[in-house]
Amino acid sequence: MPRWAQLTVLPALNLLAALLVTGFVTWMIGEDPWECLQLLVSGAFGSGEGIGYTLFYTTGFIFTGLAVATAFHAGLFNIGGEGQAYLAGLGVTLVVLAFDHTLPQIVLVPLCILAAMGFGAAWAFIPGWLQAKRGSHIVVTTIMFNFIAYSLMLYLIGHHLIEAGSQNPTTREFGQASWIPAIHQVAAGMGISLPSTPLNLTFVMALLACGLFYLLVWHSRWGFQLRTVGVNESAARYAGINVSKTIILAMCVSGALSGFAAINELLGSTHRMNVSFTNGVGFVGIAVALMGRNHPVGIILSALLFGGLTQGGLELSFEKPVITREMIIFIQGLIILFCGALENLFEPFIAGLFKRKEDK
Amino acid sequence: MTDFAIELNGICKRFGAVQANRDVSMNIAKGSIHGIIGENGAGKSTLMSILYGYYHADSGSIAVDGKTVRIRNSQEAIRLGIGMVHQHFMLVDNFTVLENIVLGAEGGLLLKDGMAKAREHLQALNRDYSLEVDPDAIVGELGVGLQQRVEILKALYRGADVLILDEPTAVLTPQEADHLFCILRALREQGKTVILITHKLREVMDITDAVSVMRAGTVVGNVRTADVDKEKLADLMVGRKVTLKVDKAERAPGAAVLDVRQLCLTDARGVKLLDDLNFQVRAGEIVGIAGVSGNGQSELLEVLAGMLEPTSGEIRYQGADLLQEKSSQPRAALYRKKGIAHVPEDRSREGLVKSFPMFENAILGYHDDKSVSKGGLYSRQALLARTRDFIRQFDIRPDNAQLRVGLLSGGNQQKVVLAREIHANPELLLIGQPTRGVDIGAIEFIHKRLVELRDAGKAILLVSVELEEILALSDRILVMAGGQISGEVAARDADTISLGLLMGGHKH
Repeated sequence: MPRWAQLTVLPALNLLAALLVTGFVTWMIGEDPWECLQLLVSGAFGSGEGIGYTLFYTTGFIFTGLAVATAFHAGLFNIGGEGQAYLAGLGVTLVVLAFDHTLPQIVLVPLCILAAMGFGAAWAFIPGWLQAKRGSHIVVTTIMFNFIAYSLMLYLIGHHLIEAGSQNPTTREFGQASWIPAIHQVAAGMGISLPSTPLNLTFVMALLACGLFYLLVWHSRWGFQLRTVGVNESAARYAGINVSKTIILAMCVSGALSGFAAINELLGSTHRMNVSFTNGVGFVGIAVALMGRNHPVGIILSALLFGGLTQGGLELSFEKPVITREMIIFIQGLIILFCGALENLFEPFIAGLFKRKEDK
Repeated sequence: MTDFAIELNGICKRFGAVQANRDVSMNIAKGSIHGIIGENGAGKSTLMSILYGYYHADSGSIAVDGKTVRIRNSQEAIRLGIGMVHQHFMLVDNFTVLENIVLGAEGGLLLKDGMAKAREHLQALNRDYSLEVDPDAIVGELGVGLQQRVEILKALYRGADVLILDEPTAVLTPQEADHLFCILRALREQGKTVILITHKLREVMDITDAVSVMRAGTVVGNVRTADVDKEKLADLMVGRKVTLKVDKAERAPGAAVLDVRQLCLTDARGVKLLDDLNFQVRAGEIVGIAGVSGNGQSELLEVLAGMLEPTSGEIRYQGADLLQEKSSQPRAALYRKKGIAHVPEDRSREGLVKSFPMFENAILGYHDDKSVSKGGLYSRQALLARTRDFIRQFDIRPDNAQLRVGLLSGGNQQKVVLAREIHANPELLLIGQPTRGVDIGAIEFIHKRLVELRDAGKAILLVSVELEEILALSDRILVMAGGQISGEVAARDADTISLGLLMGGHKH
């Protein structure tokens, strides 16, 4: 099968299969699938506001997708993006709460970004170290670290970081010096009027990160070592590559990338931290990387798909009370199932078609 | 009733762009030993895989005992009486011989009944073919030669009338190989048909009745062994005259480049893998290490290349002990920077990353080289230029630097590794199995390059299980057995018989 078909026909078929099953389920609960699909698509891409929200969600997914892909190229399956984003949020919050009334935006925001990267990397470092030096399986440790992160944050927010006198488990609102400008504000400064959405400059950073990721993985010395370790550890050892160092560093970079999901959410949108701010962004990143085949272009496209699904799904559940948030997660699950786990379901069939065509 | 056990007619098989078999036809007489000989990549293994049901031919037909059949999987092949002894044994190490043999053919609900029946049957087979295998021995504790006989028993137990052996002597000592041939002759006497895949001309001449020569996916000759000689077969195989001999002038070696003293390596279980090794390799000299694989040669190469830490001893390189060097980088990287190049025995697992394109494999191990990168980023131009140089100098085919290395033939893969290591201009070259899985044309080329390197005053340590290769290339020959050096011979005094004895552990 030609490569272009592998990259286009297969994902399209997988997506179609997922939609068909979804449509069937929608029909079962008494809704018109076609109408629901229209609502979903127009909710995600039908208006300036919809697109803004879609891209906002896409931003987080790009970062966690890149995070999973980085580890994947080193042969590691980092399931811990969620926990790493969580801890990154803690780093950001600590910096903001300490300095948002003393430091100017130009200093505070970069400082917050460093804190997010640092905390995310540190939370990924431990499983990475355990894998490299002690052979503890990264999948198991990163899953456990998600739970540890969640419990830790619950405790910290509930007992220490909670806004004085508040009943909600959230921190106080961050000072404006820590806010990352929204795209509509930046556009307004240039005289362009855009609808007000939480889409912020983190989106630009996401696109830059994709470019950097490409250079790093396929054109840098470090990327060469990373990929060598990932596909053939014996060859890496033969080549004199420090395998454990590469594994640990790959996990740290992965954790740092996950950290940007917290930046997008906390400094770009909510401007305060609550207990559920990550909202599965780390887990969706796994699907995004899988579907995007660990390549930045693929990751952007699949992040856009999941972003659209999140935004369109919210709109849909607004219009159709029967379709709940759980239904949307169900659809996402189906897409992950067909595009990830059953990725090659249709491959033999399509390959057969191409072969027959070739033989003629 | 026909006289042919197997008839192959017009078999074609293509993998992507590669035509592995093209219109292959051959008839294999019942009760004969039939050799299939050809260079690596000639399509022998593909053909046998088709016969054994692993692959399906794109076109063509197979007849067994005169009846046209379709073989969809190996179970069907077994049912038709075809058995296969793979190059890499498919045995469960911690099972006994008997358990391995009934595996997959246990018969009945209770293991006990099947086992009892199998034991009787096995003893009968053992007797008939003088296999001398103890049914209760644990397979993992048997030597390679015996393990191979277990594989043969397994096939016979399943009722094989046609036995396919894929490069069976690659792992055997000459003495073990002789025993194998006795067994094969006994099989023939009992009316079994044997198909022997090999690239060793001597074996074909010694034992086969008829031989099919394959080249580039096609059969270039079906001949009776009695009608041909070694040179004629070699000619057919490569399609031109080849010299198996290497032209090599006498040369006085220089100072010792490598000086190994009391080198020992003990594994976690306390087994001595390397036992008090002492030897030198001098500039302008090829030192060959002969031995049956698994006698410490692999470990020796890995220790010298910095991939394994020895337990004790000294590795003096250009006068200084490498083991005393302190460095933050892995030893393999350090040694390489000091001018020790390494062509590993297992090139597809260690020497190359098969999913990477050729131009990335061209810098594996030399990826820190500043001449191909700027500010941490590689210059694609520089990588491609270097790779094209390799392609030109080593005649690597196909000549596409962007091609994934896994798609190259074994010989061309080896040329990529060799080109890379020679490009580094090493003072000492460690090279393991330089021509394993490499076709004759490329063997000649690789041998010539090694001699050139020696003549340029470099030191070469050569490990090979091919005695002919050791004899052709080495100036001095060390023989390893059981982790020790069991003897040293000057190349001009050496012959296969005396080396074979040393390889079996007979000390001088």
